[in-house]
Parts: sequence; C-alpha cells; structure tokens
Amino acid sequence: MNLYARRRFANYTSLTLSMIAMAFGLFWLFWIMYTLFLHGSAGLFSLATYTQSTPAPGSQGGLANAIVGSLEMTFFAVLMGTPVGILAGTYLAEFGQKGWLGNSTRFINDILLSAPSIVIGLFIFEVYVAQVGHFSGWAGSCALAILVVPVVVRTTENMLLLVPTAMREAAYALGTPKWKMVMFVTLKAAKSGVATGILLAIARILGETAPLLFTALNNQFYSDMNSPMANLPVVIFQFAMSPYEDWHRLAWAGALMIALFVLGMNVLARVMLRQPKQH
Amino acid sequence: MSTLNNAGLSVKNLNFYYGNFHALKNINLDILAGKVTAFIGPSGCGKSTLLRTFNRMYDLYPKLRAEGQIILNGQNILEPGIDLNMLRAKVGMVFQKPTPFPMSIYDNVAFGVKLYESLSKSEMDDRIEWALTKAALWNEVKDKLKQSGLGLSGGQQQRLCIARAVAVKPEILLLDEPTSALDPISTAHVEELVHELKKDYTIAIVTHNMQQAARISDYTAYMYLGEMIEMGETDNIFTSPSVKATEDYITGKFG
Amino acid sequence: MSDLNQRMKTQRLQDAIFVNSTRFFAFFVLALLAAIIASLIYGAWPAIEKFGFGFLGNSSWNPVTDEFGAWSSIRGTLISSGIALLIAVPVSFGIAIFLTELSPVWLRRPLGIMIELLAGVPSIIYGMWGLFVFAPYFADNIQPKMTEWTAGIPVIGDWFAGPPMGIGMFLASLILAIMIIPYITSVMRDVFEIVPALLKESAYGLGATTWEVVWNVVVPFTKTGIIGGIMLGLGRALGETMAVTFVIGNSMNEMLTLFDPATTISATLANEFTEAHGELYTASLIELGLLLFVITFLVLVLSKLLLMRLNRNEGAHS
Repeated sequence: MNLYARRRFANYTSLTLSMIAMAFGLFWLFWIMYTLFLHGSAGLFSLATYTQSTPAPGSQGGLANAIVGSLEMTFFAVLMGTPVGILAGTYLAEFGQKGWLGNSTRFINDILLSAPSIVIGLFIFEVYVAQVGHFSGWAGSCALAILVVPVVVRTTENMLLLVPTAMREAAYALGTPKWKMVMFVTLKAAKSGVATGILLAIARILGETAPLLFTALNNQFYSDMNSPMANLPVVIFQFAMSPYEDWHRLAWAGALMIALFVLGMNVLARVMLRQPKQH
Repeated sequence: MSTLNNAGLSVKNLNFYYGNFHALKNINLDILAGKVTAFIGPSGCGKSTLLRTFNRMYDLYPKLRAEGQIILNGQNILEPGIDLNMLRAKVGMVFQKPTPFPMSIYDNVAFGVKLYESLSKSEMDDRIEWALTKAALWNEVKDKLKQSGLGLSGGQQQRLCIARAVAVKPEILLLDEPTSALDPISTAHVEELVHELKKDYTIAIVTHNMQQAARISDYTAYMYLGEMIEMGETDNIFTSPSVKATEDYITGKFG
Repeated sequence: MSDLNQRMKTQRLQDAIFVNSTRFFAFFVLALLAAIIASLIYGAWPAIEKFGFGFLGNSSWNPVTDEFGAWSSIRGTLISSGIALLIAVPVSFGIAIFLTELSPVWLRRPLGIMIELLAGVPSIIYGMWGLFVFAPYFADNIQPKMTEWTAGIPVIGDWFAGPPMGIGMFLASLILAIMIIPYITSVMRDVFEIVPALLKESAYGLGATTWEVVWNVVVPFTKTGIIGGIMLGLGRALGETMAVTFVIGNSMNEMLTLFDPATTISATLANEFTEAHGELYTASLIELGLLLFVITFLVLVLSKLLLMRLNRNEGAHS
C-alpha cells in the first residue's frame, strides 16, 4: 500500500506540475496582450495614427508612412517569394520526391525556416545594399522574401502530398501533361492549404524587425522603394528605445497593430487549414 | 454521332517487375475489339498490374518495368519512344475510387477534351452532353453543370469519371474495379453502362466480383500469382473451366 | 493528325520547361544557403585575416583601437540560450503532456493554438513588453527575492547577486525561454502523438498511472524526437534578436552575475551594425553574423537529423 500511495503521489504531483506549466505558458500570452491593449489602444483608435507621418522628436505625428512602408515591402516580398516557394515545393512533392536534389532541398529548407533572420539581413546588406551603396525598400523586400520562401516551400509540399495519388493517376490516365496536372488538378486541390502557407508567411514577415535594420533602415517620411523606407517594426524599435513619451505611445500603438494583425492571420490560417481535413 | 473507332490489344510475352519482384510472368492474350474482357483472380494476382501496363500507368513510379510487347494499332506501346500522353488519350482509364478533379462538373468532362481538341463553345457543349449521356448521368446533372464535381454522390462521381474518360473518345477503356467503392444501386448503374459502352469501345475490366464478370463480360481471364491461368469466353469459363485452379476459384473453394 | 502531333510537341516542350523550372527553384533554395555562407565569409574576410582564431576567444571590443573579439558576444549567446533551455524544456514538457494526455479533448485545440500563438507574437513585442513592463516588475518584486533566497548558497548565490536593475542576462534568458516554449512544445506534442495507442494502452492495462505511462513508455519511445525539439528551440534561441536587444542591457563588459547586463551576437549586430564605420569594424560584425549562422546551422542540422531518425524508426515499427 505504501508503494501504491507513493505512485499515486508521484502521479498527482507530476500532473499538477504539468497543469502549472500550461498555466505558466498561457499567463505570458495574456499578460503581453493585456499590456498591448493597455498602452496601445489609445493610439490604435486615434485617426492621426493613420493620417500623419512619423514625427520628429517633440512634435505630433502618426505611423502612416510606416504602415504604408510595411505593407509595400511585405507585398513585394510575398510577390517575389511566393512563386519561388510554390515552384520549389511543387518540385519536392511532385517530381523530386526521392532524388538527391529533393532530399537536400527539403533538408536545407527546414534549416532556413529556423535560421536567424538577422543573418538574412546581413546577407542582403552584403549582396545588395553594399553594392548599390544605399539602404532601400527593395533591399528590405528582398530580405523578407527570403523569409517567405521556406515557409511557402514547406506548406506547398505538405499540402500537395495530402492530395490523393489517385487524383494524379486519373489526370495522367487522360494523357494530361505534367504542368497541366499540377496547375489544374493537384495545386488546385491544395489551393486553400497553399494559401494558408502564404498567410503564415505574411504573418511571419510583418513583425520581422531584425532583417530590416540593415536593409530598409527607416525614413521619417514617405519614400519610394528605392530609398530607405519607413516600416512599423523598425519604427517601433527606434521609438521604444527613445526617451520621448509621444514616441512611446506611437510605438505601443504600432505594436498592438502588428500583434493583432499577426495573431489574427495565424488564427485565420489555422481555421483554413482545418477545413479540408474535415472531409 | 458515335464513331466506332475501337481497336484491340495484343499482349505478347509480357513480364513485369516491381524492382526484383516478378509480378507478371510471360502473359500472352488478346483483347478483342468491341468486346468486354474481364480479369478475375485473388488479390495480388497481378490483374490490376496488367491493366496498368495497357496505358503504361506504371511509368509514374520508379523501379517498375515491363518487358515484352503490347500491340495497339500495330505498334508496340512498351517501346521507349512512345508518347505517353498520346497513348493515354487512346486508352482511357477509370479507377477504383471516384477521382473527380477539383473543378465544376462541366470542366471535369471538358478537361481531357481540351487537351487534344480545339472545340468551339457549342461543340464542347455538345460533347459534354454526349459524354454525360453515355455515362447515364446527364439527366441528374444537366441543371448543375457549373457546380463542383466533388458535390456529387459516390456513384455519381464514378459515372462522372466514366464520362470524363469517354469524352476524349478513347479506343479502349480500362476499368480498374470501378464498382468496388460503390453501393449496389450505383453498381448496377455502372454495369448497365458497360453494356452500353461496349457498342463503341473495347473494354477491359478488373473485378473482384465474379458475378460481375459473369454478368458483363464477353471474355474472362483468370489470373493467379502473376500468371495467366486461363482465358476464354465468359460462358465457357464459368460453366466448364478447363483448368482445375480456375474451377476452384470460381466455385469459391479458394480465394 | 499532324495538328495533333504539333500539339503533342508543344505539350512536351511545356512540360520540360515546367518541370525544369520547378527543379531550378528547388536548386535555388540550396543555392541560397550557399550564397548566404559565401557572402558572409567574403564580408568577414578582413577580420578573419587580421584576427584569425584569436577572434573567438578575445573579449575586448574596441572600435577606437580597431581591436575586436567575439568572446563577449558568443558567451552571452551561449549563456542566454542555455538558461532559456533550462527554463523552457521542463515547461514545454509539462505543456505537451497536458495537451496530449490530460486536457479534455475539446480544450486541446484551443489551448494548443494559444500556445502556438506565443510563437506568433513578433519578437519586437516581447522586447517592448520586456523593457517597459516586465523589467520594472522583475526588478521590484522578483529579483530581490531571488537574491535573498540564494544568498547563503555557495556559487549559486553569487550568480544572483548584484543590484536589481531588471534588464540584464537573466531577464533576457527568461524572455527567450517564453519565446521558445511554443517551438519545443509543438515538436514534443507531435512526437508524443506518434506513440501507438496500443503501446500506451498496454501500459495502462497493467495498472500504470498516467505519469508512469508518460515517463516509462512515451518518453523512451520518443527520446530522439524530444531532443530534436529541444535542439530546434535552441536554434531559435541562439538567433533571436530583437527581444534580447531590448532587455539584455548591451554591455561588452565582464559579466559577474546573471543579473548583469551583457550582450549576444545578434544584439551586438542589431545595435552596432548600421553605425559601424571602417572596414575592420564592419568585417568583425559580419564575422559575428557568420559565427551565429554556423552555430545555429549546426544545432538545427542536429535537430533535423534526430527528428528524421525518429521518423525512420517509427516507419520501421509500423
């Protein structure tokens, strides 16, 4: 009986600890979200945030140029990174399942997925910024695009592999050429999954700061893609590190904005991913 | 409308390998034009494998290889230079499970046609109606051609796949256990269909179901462990098989 | 017929173009990695040439005298990631057990998503929250207690001494731990779920408690996967930049206690790179980046290999 009691005690203790671990994990999420709402909602619901550019120290302003800059760079990053990711993912799932290229690409892609993003920033600095001699929105976009690629490769491959082989055989049995089979049958069947991947990629790059520090830099004003460009994460970084109250307020508003956007997209992506599986 | 452009197949000394495994052993047979030929035998006997050599489906996978000859229209389709897409346009196939593509009913049927023919809108409409009628599906779907093919019932989906295969006007139609995933009523539909279709097509069907083979085929081939044990007119095979193994199988003593 | 032949020819050409372009982009992903390494080596070359291996062990970092050493940054990266792992691993293990074995089924998904959202929170937000909210709270309420509790203990007491300033090595590590919990948890959850139900049921059938099943069946079965998950978390922690930059205090000075300000490779890069002047300074920073990339690369390769081994074994079982 003594042994039995000890076993039960060990069981309850460990299970209680696991519940505490769960609570510990959730606690931070709630604390962080609470903080963001507490400090950020005033700025989030103020019109000036969306109509005015980032201010000089001590003056009034908003985040308009940073929001536009972030959207612009994200847009071009997705535009550049997605086709690369989809095509490479298609190769992995449809044509290169087994060969050396498929296997090594799959391996390296998973590593790129977790590689430190600041190093990607350094890379683009080296091959682009240092070559043309100035920071620019394009450089920022390129760095973000490199972060998009592995996410899209991974989801595209996984989603294509969920498409039943019978569907492929049926298409080939009609004499369908490969490109049509992929474009009109398998990729089409996997399109919501692939869209999810793109969504996750957007969610990832919208909050990325480190790769933009040495590429897009920042700008107090609106700018074209060929000049240093304002963007939310770097503005948040610089404003938060500054001694000015007004800047802090804007940084919080920007942080809340990004968090809502990114978390919203994450949830949306998971909901979308869930649906096809229910069939 | 219907053009009788069917042809037969002639298989000579066919051997098939999955890697080192010898899956088909020296198969010789003729599939006669305009007839229904059924392949029966226990699971793993190679009947599906044989069917899949007729449109070279096995080419999709590495390490599979066929040796010998399969003659279609005077040409050996196992030769390396053969255009597989062209071959598969001539030899249509319907699978065990329905495989509608993720597109509308109309587009499902039009998909294969568009690969080989440039038809005007009205010609295409006619072709779709013709194929769906052939597959005995037209009346059920004529008002919802723009809806997704995935929304149909299992039996309807299978008939849609038959319509899709028929629409490209192949010479030979391969049916790989087309009713194994269907309920009895849908099965009956498909069997009637086979009767209809053999007026225009040469049909080869693999089936688990001996009664089905007896009902719908003109010729039956019994296979066992990769070998062709016996082939002949269906009536003969089922009433007076010449090989003991066949008799055991069809009378249910084995398999 | 010739029309059809023409069509077939076009199709074959289109196919060749399509398949080869997908192959090209698959290769592109590989080439990207090679290009990143090559460009970093190229950029770091002046520093590599000048300092050689001494760069790794030298802890002075002086732009004025052009003397650079990576040790302070490397040390900070290793210590912060190490402490983060010490905190995150048990917590993630607990969460994974909760999600796979204890939680009511209807709660698993929402709770799982919430933990995953922790990974979705951009790191700059961890940084801001850490700097403005958590650091002051930590300095006022937790740090003094930690100092008090550990005061009598030899060695450990020294780690937690010093003025409670909030920001510093320990806070950075704690925040890093929170950030990597979702990654480790998610891998652990996935590998726990591949344990065949039959195996667990046999253990339960012998009268084992939940904990005994977890510890004696699930954990041994998924050992390599668990380590793979930990390595993945480590890879993330090593490269994390913004959150750390906000709260670590950015000091190259000798670190006497865990509450002292310190720096990491990524924080040094984030702080100094755009303001670096002179070839050697820039090259030294790039060499830091190269080191970071190499370290994370090795850790991630190890993680991937372990996870692959688990999957292969699993394949052999079934």
